[in-house]
This record gives sequence, C-alpha cells and structure tokens, in this order.
Amino acid sequence: MTLNIEDLHQIAKIEQDTQQGFQHRINVCVAAGCLSCGSGVVKDALAREVGKRGLDNWCQVKGVGCLGLCTAGPLIALEVGGRFYQGVKVADVADIVEALGASPVDRLLYPDDSAFFQRQLRIVTENCGRIDPERIEEYIAESGYEGLYLALTQMTRQEVLGQVTESGLRGRGGAGFPTGLKWTTVAKTVDSTKFVICNADEGDPGAFMDRSVLESDPHRVIEGMAVAGYATGASQGFIYVRAEYPLAVKRVRMALSQAERMGILGNNIFNTNFSFNIKVRLGAGAFVCGEETALIASIEGRMGRPRPRPPFPAEYGLWEHPTLINNVETFANIPPIIRHGGKWFAGIGTEKSKGTKVFALAGKIVNTGLIEVPMGMPLREIVYEIGGGIPEGKRFKAVQTGGPSGGCIPQQFLDMPVDYDSLMQVGSIMGSGGMIVMDESSCMVDVAKFFMEFCMSESCGKCAPCRVGTRQIYDILCKITAGGATTEDLATLEDLCDLVKHTSLCGLGQSAPNPVLTTLNYFRDEYLAHIHDKKCLAGACKTAKEVS
Amino acid sequence: MSHHPKGKLRTDLNPSRLLTFKIDDRDVSAREDESILEVARQNGIAIPTLCHLDGLSERGACRLCIVEVRGVAKLLPSCVTFPRQDMEVITNSERVVNYRKKILELLFTERNHVCSVCVSNGHCELQNLSVELGVTHVRYNYLYPEHAVDASHSRFSVDHNRCVLCLRCVRVCDEIEGAHTWDIMGRGITSKVITDLNQPWGTAETCTGCGKCVQVCPTGALSEKGKSVAEMIKRRQFLPYLQMMRGRQEESWQK
Amino acid sequence: MAKIGLATTWLDGCSGCHMSFLDLDEGLIALADKVEIVYGPLVDYKTFPEHADVTLVEGAVSSEADKKNILNIRARSGVLVSFGDCAVTANVPGMRNRYPVEAVLQRGYVENAEPPLAGSGEAAFQVVPQLCPHARPVHEFVHVDVFLPGCPPPPEAIFYLLQELLAGRIPDMRGRTRFGA
Repeated sequence: MTLNIEDLHQIAKIEQDTQQGFQHRINVCVAAGCLSCGSGVVKDALAREVGKRGLDNWCQVKGVGCLGLCTAGPLIALEVGGRFYQGVKVADVADIVEALGASPVDRLLYPDDSAFFQRQLRIVTENCGRIDPERIEEYIAESGYEGLYLALTQMTRQEVLGQVTESGLRGRGGAGFPTGLKWTTVAKTVDSTKFVICNADEGDPGAFMDRSVLESDPHRVIEGMAVAGYATGASQGFIYVRAEYPLAVKRVRMALSQAERMGILGNNIFNTNFSFNIKVRLGAGAFVCGEETALIASIEGRMGRPRPRPPFPAEYGLWEHPTLINNVETFANIPPIIRHGGKWFAGIGTEKSKGTKVFALAGKIVNTGLIEVPMGMPLREIVYEIGGGIPEGKRFKAVQTGGPSGGCIPQQFLDMPVDYDSLMQVGSIMGSGGMIVMDESSCMVDVAKFFMEFCMSESCGKCAPCRVGTRQIYDILCKITAGGATTEDLATLEDLCDLVKHTSLCGLGQSAPNPVLTTLNYFRDEYLAHIHDKKCLAGACKTAKEVS
Repeated sequence: MSHHPKGKLRTDLNPSRLLTFKIDDRDVSAREDESILEVARQNGIAIPTLCHLDGLSERGACRLCIVEVRGVAKLLPSCVTFPRQDMEVITNSERVVNYRKKILELLFTERNHVCSVCVSNGHCELQNLSVELGVTHVRYNYLYPEHAVDASHSRFSVDHNRCVLCLRCVRVCDEIEGAHTWDIMGRGITSKVITDLNQPWGTAETCTGCGKCVQVCPTGALSEKGKSVAEMIKRRQFLPYLQMMRGRQEESWQK
Repeated sequence: MAKIGLATTWLDGCSGCHMSFLDLDEGLIALADKVEIVYGPLVDYKTFPEHADVTLVEGAVSSEADKKNILNIRARSGVLVSFGDCAVTANVPGMRNRYPVEAVLQRGYVENAEPPLAGSGEAAFQVVPQLCPHARPVHEFVHVDVFLPGCPPPPEAIFYLLQELLAGRIPDMRGRTRFGA
C-alpha cells in the first residue's frame, strides 16, 4: 500500500471529524509518571462511567501522552474549556462526568493561570497530552507525516539538508553538535549502505525527556528518522532504547508496525523510490551505551564499550558504514522544521541556540515534571515561574544540569539564559535536559559524591584513567563527607579530576569530573567545612565529629 | 603541475600517500596509514605504551601513549592517531609526562602488584614503565582489591592481582590464535578477564593451550607454571613473524 | 664539621632493607666519619631522640603502634626516607589486606603455629600489636621526603642516597632502583 497526500489528508479529515463529533473530550495522561500513580484505572473508570450513562457519542475518553506536570498526577485534561484536573482518583470519576457541560469540579481543578502551562512553548511536545500515542491516525490528524511527504515528493536531498542547516538545530543529546552539519557529513560519504540511529538510551539520573516523547508521540521520532534517511541516503534505521523503558518500547513498536502497515515505512514510500525501515534494539542498561561508538558496538552485538574517535560514526559507524546518530529530541524537531521551514525554527531561541528545549524538572521543586521552553529562557523563570519555586519555603541552592556529565549552577547565575553556550561558560552543559534543583538542605559534596558513584559504576573499564580514576575520586569524596579528609586529599581530588577529564577515552570519563569541579568552584566552603571543621554545612552528611 | 587522477585523491582507495610532519621538532616522513606511534618509533623517539603490542589490533585504552598536537586542545593517543601533513606532535611535554606518571600510578593502585614476589619481577612492562617514567612511589591510595588466582590449567596460570586489563590476551587469542578463549566481563573497576564464559581456565573447551596469551601479557598476570619469583621471561618473537607471514599470504591471495 | 644524626627504624618489615644497608661494606666506614647513628636496630639506643637529621623508615604501617611511632618519628626527623618497598608500597605486609584481621591472626598464630597452639588463640592475639585493617605505605600517614623503593633497595642506591643527603641535596632516585628490585 502506498499513500499519497490526498490519502493522508483523508485520514486526517476522518479523524478530525470523529473528534469534532464529540461534545466533550477527556484526555487522561497515560505516560509512565501518571500510569504509575493509577491513571490507567482512572481512565477505565471514566470510560465505564461514560458508557453507563449512555454518553458514548457525546463524550470521548482517551489515553494521551505526557501532560507534563508529573507531580500532580494522575492528570486529566478537558479539551473543551482547556481545564486540568489533578490528582484524580477513581472516586472522583462520577463527579467529573457529572460536571461535563456544567461548572467544573472545583476541588480537582488545577489553577487556570498557572505559569506551568502558560509559559511553555511546545514544538517537540506539541502533541504530548493531546493525541493517543497508540493511534497513527491521531498523529496524522495533527499534520503527522506531512513533513516526510513534503521532503520526499517536493524537496531534493540538498534542500532538506539546507532546511535543517538553516534551522540552526543542534544535537539535543548533550554536546550540541550542529545537526545540519552532521547530516551533511553523512550525506557526503560515498558508501551505498548507510544507517540512521536514534539514540534513546537516556540514562542520566533524573532525566525522562526522551522517554516521555517516545511514550507520548512515537511517530514524530519515526518521521524525523525517515526524513534523515532520505537526506543522508540511508535506508535502514535503528532505535536504540533502554529495556528499562518498557512502555516506550511497546509504543515505538506499535507505531512502527502501524507505519509499516500504512506504507509510511517500507519500500517506495509515498510512491517515490525512497525506502526506509526501522528496527528496535534494546539496550541492557549501561549508561556508557549512550556514547555513540559504544551504542554502535552494542547494536552490532558486541560489548558496549566506546572506541577512540576519529574515525567518527558519520564516516565509519554501524558495521563500518557511515552512520547518522541523533538523539530522540533532535529527530522529534525535524517534522515541524520540514513543515514550517528552517527559517521559522531559527526564529525561536537565541543567536546560537535555536528552537526549544525539553527539560525534566526534578528535585526540590514544586512542579516536578516535563517542560519545553524556548532556548534562552532565564534559569530563574524556569525554576520560580514554571517550576513554581522551592517547596516548604526553603532556600534555593543550585541547579544541576546535564546529569553526571554536567555541573551545578549556583544562585548567582539564576538570571543566566539557558542555552548551550551560557551553560558551558559556567562549567555545566545542556546535556540531554535533566534539571535537578537543590535547596539549602542539599550538601554539595554529597551531590558530587552521588554523581561520581554513578560514573564509577557506569564506567565501562576500557581506559585506565576513567576506570581507576573515578574510583579514586569517589573514595576521596567519601572520605570528605565522612569528615576524615585533609587539605592534601583536596589537592589530590583536584589533581585526579584534571587527569580523568583530560586523558579519558570517551565523553563519559572526560565529563565525569564536572559535578566535582563545579561544586569545588562554587561551593568550596562546603568542602572546606567538612575538612577543617568536620562539619556538613547543609546538615546532610554524618561526619566523624557528629557521629562521635 | 602534477596531475592527480580523480580516484587518487580518495585516501581510502590509495592508502599509501606520503606526507611529512614533525615529532618533537624533528622532521619525519610517514605513510598516512602509519600511526604517530609507529613513525615515532621508526625515528627512535620513545613513547611509552602498555596496551599496544606490535602485531595486535589497537585499543587506545591505556592512555600512556598520549601526545600533544600543536593547535589541538585534546591529548591524542598516538597509537590510533594518524599524522597529517605539517602536523606538529609533541611527545614529551611536561604536561603529558605528568599525566602518564599519574595514569601509571593509578594502574599500580588498581590491583595488587607486589613486585617483590612476582614471577615477572625484573621482566615486567609495568615495572619497567615505572623506571622509565621515574615513578618511585604512588601518590594515590592503594585499593587492595580481592582477586583470585586460577591455576586450573595444566600449564599456565592467571593471577588477576597482576592484571592491568590491557586485553592483549583477549586480542592475541582472538586475532592470532583464532580461539577467542579470553574475553572480559564486568564493568569499570570490577572488570575482569575471563576464559570461556567465566569458567576455570583448565576447563575452557576453546583453549588450544598455545600459550600466546601468556607470552604477550605485559605483567605477571599470565605465567607458565613452575616459574618462581622473577623467573617468567616472556617470548614475543613469534608475533611479528606470524604477522609478516600472514601478510604475505594475504598478498598472494589477492594476486 | 659536625656529624649528621642518622636514625633507622623498622615498622612492619622483614629487616631485609637494614641488611642491604649493612651490605654497604666498606661504604659504612666511609660514612662513619660523617654520620652518627642516633637510633635504630643496629645500635643500642632505646628511645627515639628529640631530633634526627635523617631517618630511614623500613616497613609498612600495620598496627596501631606503628601509627603512633611514625607520627612521633615524623615530628622528630629532618629528612624522612621511605626505605624499601614495604614502606613505599606496603609490599608483602600488604598482601594480608584483602583478608580480615581475625583471619590473618588465625592463620598466623593458630593454624600455622608449630607446635600447634592449644585453644582458640585468643591469648596469643592479646599480646601481638593491635593490627590495623590494612598495612599501608608510610606516606599515607605522614609526609615523606625521599622514596627509596626496592625489595631490598640495592646498597649502591642507599649509598647514593646518603651521599646526596650529606651534600645537602634531596636525591633523585629515579633509575637507581625500582619496585621489587
């Protein structure tokens, strides 16, 4: 079966008409966060209640992807009226259905004027919380696969590369490498076999952006990958996703088979001579497999360990063929870039960081959840307005961005715009988008220790500096938090951080010291208090003195 | 004007283009498929190595052979970095020398390298490196991990206390002997070389007993049974010889 | 010229480094004019002096007594030399580090006792110095000025070290000896 644009529009029209046919539509978040606090049963109860009252043709109940405000789950969105109900339980179901068309259930209402929903700009997550991720028709109804159609039928490969380059999109996986440049490089290689890989091996503690996108809108990623395949000359794609994300895996597989059934993946897509297939590969949970050469080794069935670069995967990748690797969020940005043009995308964000960024807000913050904001939004706005500030009236201390490879940003930089270069300047990185907020009760040495323990146990062990260095750094941090360290230990700590950063083989080791280095830079007094006074300023560590 | 046929510009089709560059301010010439390490050694410039061994594939993992390249911020492992025309390589700056020492010290802390009672005392690459790099003590705390000795093989034994995870044994067994008895398990500091699927070496069905792993091991981790302290001298002459003969065979197949 | 005061001592070691010192042979006679041995197993002083210009420490820090001693020695020494592999790396004494102290005592004082020890060995454990969980190098406890690795360090290296110190220089021991020598 091959589709053309009329078919796509027809599917979209039928879907839209069906949706319009309902007076009321209740969207229940069924992404991992809300599911884990019972949104599945709430959704079933709502459907039963609607059926019991014979309102099946009047009100639609459907599961949708992430609504973002994970802290208030299970969340429900009323599409007519645009209100949200939070913390919904099965006992609330009758009241909710009763209130349809009348005044809403006040006790469940999430405040209308909340900055959480008002201040976001949704591109990657535009469909999250609006469409049923398990139905391709709903994606198509939101202009889904139109970008792929446009690219295949009305644009040359060069034009697609041109649009992506013009958009200024940078890799959302961490390093921020210009996506257009990467695509162009792979497109230039002469091999007749090339691959496209989607890196969905999200492993940073506290990060769940990619997971949410895959659970909420998997087709968007598939579309982005297919466009990439066309632009670079690849006909086979792989989605490398962690086995710890079973729901994401299930929805991606479902989406792939739906797309294949419709002929959106497979041979001669949209009656062109372009063919593209995607397979899912499961990661076994090693953080280092997010590193591209380790990821490739893992797909090939070898041990997930990085190798020195160059040669880069763009030239010498999967099974020695040129390979394009992008992160989930990067691919998710592609369909709107093709539909609206690179110039449109380049109009959003800052001079050097274009578009939006999805962040997973976690830690000591009122609104834990998933947000998408334009690049360049001040950190203060993210933490205090969208994030709702620090709970229990405590004082803000730092934000950790970029996970174990990132750094801690102290209070004095709260007004800094959040973009690739500003974060780099203060010693952190954008990373994949984890944002962990810490308040006065967090000990920064303990935080550094936590991340170093993570890096130590996730180090693959191939190169000596990372394998042994992370362990030595961790030991010293333990000694400091226990109140047993000396000033010499502090010097050794700094010396080891420098060594591991500059001599490790891959990005894991090279960035592993970042949490230590930034906390040493901005919170040195906390280190010194542990060492000289045997005291934890935040009261989080039990030092030797306090134990005795 | 020299004329380049179109294909000749493609380096992958013509791997033997020649170039000149500098190592430690000395002009050297190289084929572009030779590593910086190879060219340095041809010119008598010593760069310390541990995981590298002539005749085996490169891993770029021990990081002892790192060098500086003028204009490049990152330090590059010379065993897997290829020269470019007019590149300026510095092999012995204070910075890299210090890093090498520290990496070596980390290796000493990682396992239990008790040189004085080791079969390889006096013939050990790790020990020699400490002399070469002037390491007279280790600044980091020793980890004193618990590691076993597997003496189940009839002729050889493996003492994990002395292993530096260079994986020469894994490579020689796979690439030269073709048995792939050795591999590695675990991750990070808990990594360990294993025979078969972590079975005692003596019961490893794939092991041919050729002993190549023992001969390429840089330390006393792999040794022949019956050798006492300082008696284990490794013989590696077979490796370049095998490599050369196989290279010739391959060439004759290609003809 | 006044003689310099040289102290030598051993912690957890085998005395092999001191034997190597004695192997200086006629070198000892040459040194005798310039060096006064103010403390150590080779002479008869019972307590460590208030000050020693140079102290050679053999052996790892293995027991609570060693810890106390080394702090005292450091405070009273000018140049402190880590003398031999046990002091520099913990070497052979460190081989017990992967076993619990109780198991080490059990093996040493009960299982391997000749003739076999009657009873649980508790009585014997009372009289040996209280072992630390690990035997560790000297420089993990106090600042060390010069490292002289080797098991034992060759007499030539010891002689060179003392000559340099006598000349008022901190010797560079690189290339003169090595771990396990």
